[in-house]
Amino acid sequence: MADLIAAAGLLARLDVLIALLIGSIGGVIIGAIPGVGAAVAIAILLPATFSLEPLVGLTMLLGIYGSSMYGGSIPAILINTPGTAVNALTTYDGYPMTKAGQARRAISIAYSASFYGGVFGIICLILLSPVLAWIAPQFGSREIFLAALLGIILVVLAHRGQIFAAGMLAFFGIFLSTVGLEPIRYTQRFTFGQTWLSGGFDLIVVVLGLFAISQAFFLLVDKDNSPKAQPLTGSLFSGLKELFGYKRVASAASGFGVVMGMIPGVGEFTAQFMSYTYAQKTSKTPELFGKGSPEGLIASEAANNAVPPAAMIPLLALGIPGEALTAMMLAVFYIHNVIPGPQLFQSDISFVYALYFAMLLLNVIVLIFLLSSTNLLTKIIQIPTRFLGIVILILSFVGVYSLRNSTVDCAIASAFGILGLILKRLNLPIVPIVLGMVLGGIMETKLRSAMARVKTPLDFIDRPIAAILFGLIILVIALHIRTLVNEHRNREPDADHELHDSQQR
Amino acid sequence: MLAGVKTLKQLFQRYRRPGNYFFASIFLLFSLALLSQLTSEAQWIASTNWSSQPALWPAIALVGMTVFAALNWISAVVSPRIEGRWVEVSFWLKAFEFVLWFMVYVVAVPLAGYLPSTVIFAIFLSLRMGYTTPKMLTAAGVTGVAVVLIFKTFLQVKVPGGQFYELFPDTMRAFMLTNF
Repeated sequence: MADLIAAAGLLARLDVLIALLIGSIGGVIIGAIPGVGAAVAIAILLPATFSLEPLVGLTMLLGIYGSSMYGGSIPAILINTPGTAVNALTTYDGYPMTKAGQARRAISIAYSASFYGGVFGIICLILLSPVLAWIAPQFGSREIFLAALLGIILVVLAHRGQIFAAGMLAFFGIFLSTVGLEPIRYTQRFTFGQTWLSGGFDLIVVVLGLFAISQAFFLLVDKDNSPKAQPLTGSLFSGLKELFGYKRVASAASGFGVVMGMIPGVGEFTAQFMSYTYAQKTSKTPELFGKGSPEGLIASEAANNAVPPAAMIPLLALGIPGEALTAMMLAVFYIHNVIPGPQLFQSDISFVYALYFAMLLLNVIVLIFLLSSTNLLTKIIQIPTRFLGIVILILSFVGVYSLRNSTVDCAIASAFGILGLILKRLNLPIVPIVLGMVLGGIMETKLRSAMARVKTPLDFIDRPIAAILFGLIILVIALHIRTLVNEHRNREPDADHELHDSQQR
Repeated sequence: MLAGVKTLKQLFQRYRRPGNYFFASIFLLFSLALLSQLTSEAQWIASTNWSSQPALWPAIALVGMTVFAALNWISAVVSPRIEGRWVEVSFWLKAFEFVLWFMVYVVAVPLAGYLPSTVIFAIFLSLRMGYTTPKMLTAAGVTGVAVVLIFKTFLQVKVPGGQFYELFPDTMRAFMLTNF
């Protein structure tokens, strides 16, 4: 209880509250603009938060992380264009509702479901904290190594149909983490005698290139477009009432979001797919799914908003990011000298609780903002895409250049911008590179320290958690092989669909 | 639309786009080139435990990268060709123009100053992108000023003052160097 009061005290500061307000409202606006998204915004704002205090900087970025999906549902429903990649599923039922003249109802349901999912996720996080505080210290080097390895395997296997490309890019990420002066023997690795490579590739420079600069290039080279959305009339409160009629679907979807969010490398898409399938199978009107079913909309929005708080679990408890946004958050933690992991739960639990409360508060702020300002956001959606590209490029400059005032960093970020553009155009995933870079570094350090106490290979998994993690790795690979064999046996012609065109956003 | 998605595999399937074979080939060659440099660019030290070898993780990464790149390339070769490869590659190449403008902007900032460079860059790119109306050009200029005000003046991010500001009178010079 004392920790909770201390956490509330940490938040009760004007600068923290202003940062939270800017982050959450900024996140909604950014999420609502197709072509920007939370990853771009966090990447650009990372360096700007360096000069702020840890809690202030982190709450601002947390605000963007937790609120962008709310905003992303607006263009998904009104113009059939998801604001962020994870709102793709929202278009399936949201847009048909708009076409049927129910735009206000769809938006209202989406906000309510997002709020439900977000709050559900945070409550789970708060309830799980004592368990995490108990279990996290039992994670030593070998357990963290195995958890990071599991994360890499999952992020590769999660890209079904593109596993080879995802594997190639994940290993490329691991390779990037090895370049430069290594910390044990101080030898140079893959620097080719170039001094500018001695410091290695900075994660933030790579992230800015892959997410922000690539998006700027993408928008600048592509055709200009200015989406038009009709303004909404009437109150948006009705969805809150309607949501209570679908409590079961909302709770199940949020549950899927929490469970999938906790597992590194899995995330929103699997959570949404599972919750959508569950909602359709248990619905009294399954034929309405894909044609404007409120249950489908709730399943999609509640699941994706429950993921961010849950994704904070492996990040805070073990220091292992599960996807690109938490990988960026990890960079912010490190820069502010807050090292997520078992020690954080033991030494500074009130800081962790303060982050939870900040997330709770941001959901309330966002809901209030959206219920009163949706029409303003429909105007922001109309910014021409090429102009947006110019703005992103100007903002990316601040992000990269303010790190160390290095022209070389800007050139490296541009090179990754071109790579990111190609990957987006080819519909290939960028996330494995970022996770490979972060988890590769963790695996190298943890394997080295773990091996100091390991005599035989079996010693590596002689502790219960290590054995469970090892078992999970084997299970995941075995299940994947089984799925491949089954799918090969019942070979069905693949139906093309555009679900993952969302990679381009 | 989603009614067609029945398995997890289908959900996660990302269909190939034109240019896939070209990219797969380039990435495989890149992986092989890096792998060929493994022995010269990372050391294996005799007296050191295997898990602390400097070359261990570059070797794991590059072998893994090459194996997956080869498999990715094979899957691209055996897949039916999609029309429009070179149109797609030319789309990628067009982005280099913006790399050039971006780097010109990067070089210009420490010389001309953050505020003038940003405003000129924003207006220039707007014109280049075909926005010629006074409304859009004003919007570009205002965006440039707003970015500088938010990041340099208020958040005080580390962007050096321009050499151009040295030409200003003493009192104004210090003000410009600190805020713009």
